[in-house]
Parts: sequence; structure tokens; C-alpha cells
Amino acid sequence: MSDKKLRVVHYINQFYAGIGGEEKADVPPEVREAVVGPGMALRAALGDDAEIVATVICGDSYFNEHLEEAQKAVVEMIRQYNPDVVVAGPAFNAGRYGVACGAVAKAVLDELGIPVVSGMFPENPGVDMYRKYAYIVETGNSAASMRQAIPKMAKLAVKVGRGEELGTPEEEGYMERGVRKNIFLDKRGSMRAVEMLVAKLNDQPFTTEYPMPTFDRVEPGKAIADVSKAKIALVTSGGIVPKGNPDRIESSSASKYGKYDIAGVSDLTEDTYETAHGGYDPTYANEDSDRVLPVDVLREMEAAGKIGELHRYFYTTTGNGTSVANAAKFAKEIAAELVADGVQAVILTST
Amino acid sequence: MRLELGNIFIKDVQFGSETKVENGVLYVNKEELLAELVDERLASIDVELAKPGESTRIVPVKDAIEPRVKVEGPGGLFPGFVSKVDMVGSGRTHVLKGACVLTTGKVVGFQEGIVDMSGPGAEYTPFSKTNNIVIIAQPVEGLERHSHEAALRLMGLKAAAYLGEAGRNVTPDEVVVYDCPPLQEALQQYPELPKVAYVYMLQSQGLLHDTYFYGVDVKQILPTFMYPTEVMDGAIVSGNCVSACDKNTTYHHLNSPIIHDLLERHGKDFNFIGVVVTNENVTLADKERSSNFTAKLVHWLGVDGVIISEEGFGNPDADLIMNSTKLEKLGIKTVCVTDEYAGRDGASQSLADSNPLANAVVTAGNANELIVLPPMERIIGDASADVVDVIAGGFAGSLQPDGSIKAEIQIITGATNELGFNKMSARML
Repeated sequence: MSDKKLRVVHYINQFYAGIGGEEKADVPPEVREAVVGPGMALRAALGDDAEIVATVICGDSYFNEHLEEAQKAVVEMIRQYNPDVVVAGPAFNAGRYGVACGAVAKAVLDELGIPVVSGMFPENPGVDMYRKYAYIVETGNSAASMRQAIPKMAKLAVKVGRGEELGTPEEEGYMERGVRKNIFLDKRGSMRAVEMLVAKLNDQPFTTEYPMPTFDRVEPGKAIADVSKAKIALVTSGGIVPKGNPDRIESSSASKYGKYDIAGVSDLTEDTYETAHGGYDPTYANEDSDRVLPVDVLREMEAAGKIGELHRYFYTTTGNGTSVANAAKFAKEIAAELVADGVQAVILTST
Repeated sequence: MRLELGNIFIKDVQFGSETKVENGVLYVNKEELLAELVDERLASIDVELAKPGESTRIVPVKDAIEPRVKVEGPGGLFPGFVSKVDMVGSGRTHVLKGACVLTTGKVVGFQEGIVDMSGPGAEYTPFSKTNNIVIIAQPVEGLERHSHEAALRLMGLKAAAYLGEAGRNVTPDEVVVYDCPPLQEALQQYPELPKVAYVYMLQSQGLLHDTYFYGVDVKQILPTFMYPTEVMDGAIVSGNCVSACDKNTTYHHLNSPIIHDLLERHGKDFNFIGVVVTNENVTLADKERSSNFTAKLVHWLGVDGVIISEEGFGNPDADLIMNSTKLEKLGIKTVCVTDEYAGRDGASQSLADSNPLANAVVTAGNANELIVLPPMERIIGDASADVVDVIAGGFAGSLQPDGSIKAEIQIITGATNELGFNKMSARML
């Protein structure tokens, strides 16, 4: 496989394409079957391992002001050249250029599944926004560091283009992407734990295999002044679904959530609802799903005028093993719909 | 407590007219074994053999148990289940090393695993390397889930105890001696070395998330002390598996790797005093109570450091962090062993709870990482979409038309074991 010459598409901005500076930053995407600007140095560094089959160029202002359109257009241009790897930049400390390179990387990875290599100064906002989607080589803050940046990017591009197993960010020279990857080590976990304990007891240096993340803290919203007028929705991570789990929400590591109509439903029974959740004993939730999603009690409160109204739909997913990224994505969509539907309060049940 | 562990290396398992061990081969009299396992809750029981390297898939796997027999000393294997509730962990025990009982049959919940005897999936499970006696049991019509689980649990333990008897009078290939003295004596040993203990967290969140200690459901215990050797006679028994990757099977408890590795370095790098067993109940009050008791007991032992192992994920992450932070605040250094749920792309945060005091962590890997398990020639159990698409780690469409399975490694029995049984880890890229 290493004999095959890799196909590279290079993404650069209007400045490095020689079109012009700020006054030309609004040019829309174009593609040239040529090596352009920093592509010359890139071509030299790639040598016989890879060839630049096309260069996609876009103005930085255009890209940032027409993000979705620009991403789409750039992806389509790249797609037709069927590359093994895309190189974007280097962008150094140019903020909008870095963001554009990152956005290209995300779109290319999501839409085409092709890896992207870029180069940026660590403080470029493109690094934090898009580090998950690209292998970003650390550069200096200006084009003066071009000569150091390009060979590193070329080397990495060949490696990822060939699908070779990558070492750690330090070994390969890219900035940490924040992506966890499994690896087989020489020693089993228990012995690694024993050795880490010995180091810690003796005040010797040790490296944790998982640095603890810093969690977001969410401030509680203001209390509802008059609950008897409020429209209240039920949302759960306890996996309550109509019997048969029609949307096949996973028992663990949910990739989706469900939205179900409970107009006219005053009680969740064994025959009508169940849980899809694989992380707790489902027996009691299956007997009576109101235990997790209290529709029965809320209907009583609705009838008694204690709450204004129970929202017509409930939202549900399984919290079991579901990544925080997925959970946050679901929440964003669900919250937007609830707000649009005039819901004032949510009872969020977990298990 | 002084325990001699006599390992008899089993290279092969075969059916035969008599259950016996001869020249490293375990022969199994199938009829006699089946007769041992009769249970009114089980409608049918069958036995098959699965060996390393075969194109064989076993699914859904509930538990794995190593055959052992108590040769000398008080009590018997699996106290509270197949033996009376004597204190175990001293005397002499023989082990059929290389043999393993696996239990399978109709799904109890969502939460059972896959063992492939060859191919990429085999790399992730220890049970692709053992000669397996697979017991396939179907429940009687309408059997309630908790009774179903209890019947399967007992069946597996009985099978392992029955097979272990074959090693009673066999001369072991090796004998390892573990000597764990009572507390006062233990504390006086190796005065120049730091003292350490082990905090052994046991999952106790309900059906298929349970664990038993001398026959007691650990939901009902308060944290307590244990000699390291007690596990080697089956003091701790799995209540079958939740997410199969990180539920400790009974086999894992019998061979509890942190205990073995602490004993290995005992007297060289530290003085290993003993084990505190604790649980992972679901309510906050239970978590507070158990972590407070754990911190108190560890402090009481007077040790300088501990290893804490978690079992399961999500909800028990809170117990792990409580245990670690409460001990660190008492000045006791901790190392935590966990696994991760960082999403299929590895880009999400890995734990449901966190604290900067837990600064020494060993990870058994990201359970969400995807794997494709190629089709196998032989299936033991049930590899239909009804099972594969719904067990934890599977999803709609996991079972591919050609019989291969695309799923998270969560689906593989023991893949991210948090006792540190495996060599897998994860790193940041």
C-alpha cells in the first residue's frame, strides 16, 4: 500500500492564492487543478509519496459569512478529486483562515470520511473549535514559520493518508485532538495500577491514563411563579418508550431520542409502555412506566388545577453509556422544540 | 490466612465416559454433569465445548466460572451457594487452570455478552483463550426474570464445582502459597515499607448488576474487611452481567488481578494489609453511607495508599469519585481503575463524575469503540438480531446480512474489565 502515490487536495485562502488581501476576502470558492502558493513547498515536501491533484481556494470573509454554503461547495469540489488526504493551510495565527481550515476539516471528515491535516498557531481559534476533526500541526504565529511547518504537515499527511496507526500527539507532532483511542499495552491494568501506586507513594512522577475532565456546571433556572398556570413537559433519560420501542432506541450508548404523543394518555400500563434502558433492572419500569415517567400523577395534578397543562409530547432516551456529546446534542434540539411549543418547565427524570 | 493454590494446567477439554483430568486433558461425562444441574426453573439444559482458535461464537454469555475444588481447610467453593457459609481462603485449593464454564441461553435482560473463540473479537476477551464448557439453559415458560437469573447463576456455580472435583486428587503442575496474616501481625511486617490496601467495589444496582459476597446480595452489606485469599475460593460471585465488557465475571473474581498483583509485590515495594469490600448502590444516601464507611475502614487500617477498582460505569462513577476523594482528603493516596465511555468517536468526556483529587487513574479502554466481528461457522446460543441488536453495545442493524456483527466493544464479555485483567488502555490522540 505504501507504493501507491497518495492523492492530496490542498485548501488555501485568497491571500495565499495570490488573489489579494482583505479587499479580496469575499471571493467565493474555486478549484484549480494546479499547485498554488504554499502548495509549491508542500509538493516538494511530499516528494514521491503524494501529489497535489487540486487546490481549493476561498476568501476568508466569504467562508465565515457563508459557512454552510461554503462548506458544502468546498466538499463538493474536493469530492470529485477523490483524495486520500486533504491538507488545509497552514493558517498560522490568522483567525478566520484557521476557522475556515477547521470547518473544511469537519465537513470533509463528516461528509467524505477523508482525514485532514492542517497547521496553526496554538492560539488560533480554529484549534479549539476544530481540533477533533483535523490533525493540526503546531506552527509559529506567522508565515515566517512556513519552512518549519510544511515538512511536518507533509509527513503527517502521508501517514494519515495511508491509514497508518498514529502515535501520540507528541510523537507525531500534532496538537492533541481530545479523542480517546484504545491501545494494547505490555502490562495488564492491575499491574499498571500497582506500579502507579508505588510511584505515587514514593512521590515519584507518574502519568495518569485519564486526566479528569472539568465539568460544566449549569445554574438552575428561576423558579416558576405560578405552577398552576405552567405548561410542563416530561423528559427522561430512563428509556421509557411505547411498547415495542418503535424507534429502536439503543439499550446503551443511545444515538437518538424519541418524541411521543401522550394526548389522552393518563396512565402508562404494562401493555402500552416499557423501558429500552439496559442500565438498570427494567422489571419495575416495565410493570408500571409511570414510575420513571410520572404521567399518571401529572394528569391528576392537571385535573386538580395544580399545574396548568401537561405538554402533549414527552421526550426520551437511554442515559446508559450515552456519550456526553450525544446527550448535549439531544438536549439542544429538545430544548429548542420545548421553547417553541411554549413549555415553561420540564420535569427531567433519570434512573 | 494461608492458602495453597494448586494449579492444574488444562490444555484441552473433551467429552468422555468419566469426568476426570488426565495428562492435562479435562474429560467431561456429559450426562453426569447435566444431572447435577437439574433445576425446576430450567426447561432444558445442554452442554457444548468451545476451544481456542475455533470459528465459534457464544452469545448471549451470562457468566464465566473457573472450576476449582477445596482440597484441605475449612469450607468449600462458592460459600453461600454450593457450599455452607464457612470462612474460606485458607488450606489448599486446586484449580483447573485453562478450563472455564460459560453460561448462555435465552436473554434475561439487555445485558449479556459475546465471546468469539477466534478473529478480532477474540483479542478482547480472556475467554477465547480458555477451554470452555458451555452450558446452554432455557427457562420454563413464564419464569420471572429474577428467578431466571438466579437459576442460571446457581447452574454455573454447580457446573464449575462439579468439574473442579475432577482435580481433587490430581498433582498440581504448580503450587503457589499466599500467606496473609491477621491485622496486628500484618501491620508489624516490613516496617520500612508503605502500607497499602485494596478497595474492591462491587456492582449492586439490581438485576444483572448484582454481586454476592458469601451468598449475600451486596446491596445489603455495609463495607467490610476481607483477607485477600478469600476471593480465590469464591467468596465473591457475579450476579451475571450488565454491560458485558465491564461486569466482573465470577472467573475474574476468582483470579482477581489487583489482589494477585498486590500479593506479587507485597514485601518488596509495600506491605499489603488487606481488602475492603464495598458496593455501588443506586441511591445517593447509599453512596454516601458506603463511601463514608469505606473511607473509615481504610483509615482504620492505617494504610498509606489504596487501589480502588470500579465495576460498571455511569452511576458507579459517582461511587468511585466519592471513595477516591474522601480517602485523598484523609491523606491516603489513591489509584483508581476504571474504563471509559467516550463515544464511538472517542471525542466525548469519559466518566459521569470527576474530581481533580483523583489524579492517578488506570483505564481499561473506551467501551464505545466500534468493532466488526466477522461471521463464525458455529454459534452456541442465539446470534439472531433479537439478541445482537438489543444487548448493550449493539444497536439496530448491528447484525449484518452476512452474519457479521458491527457493535461497540461493550458487547464483548470482559473487554474493558476494571479489575485490570486485560492489557488494553486508552490514550488521548
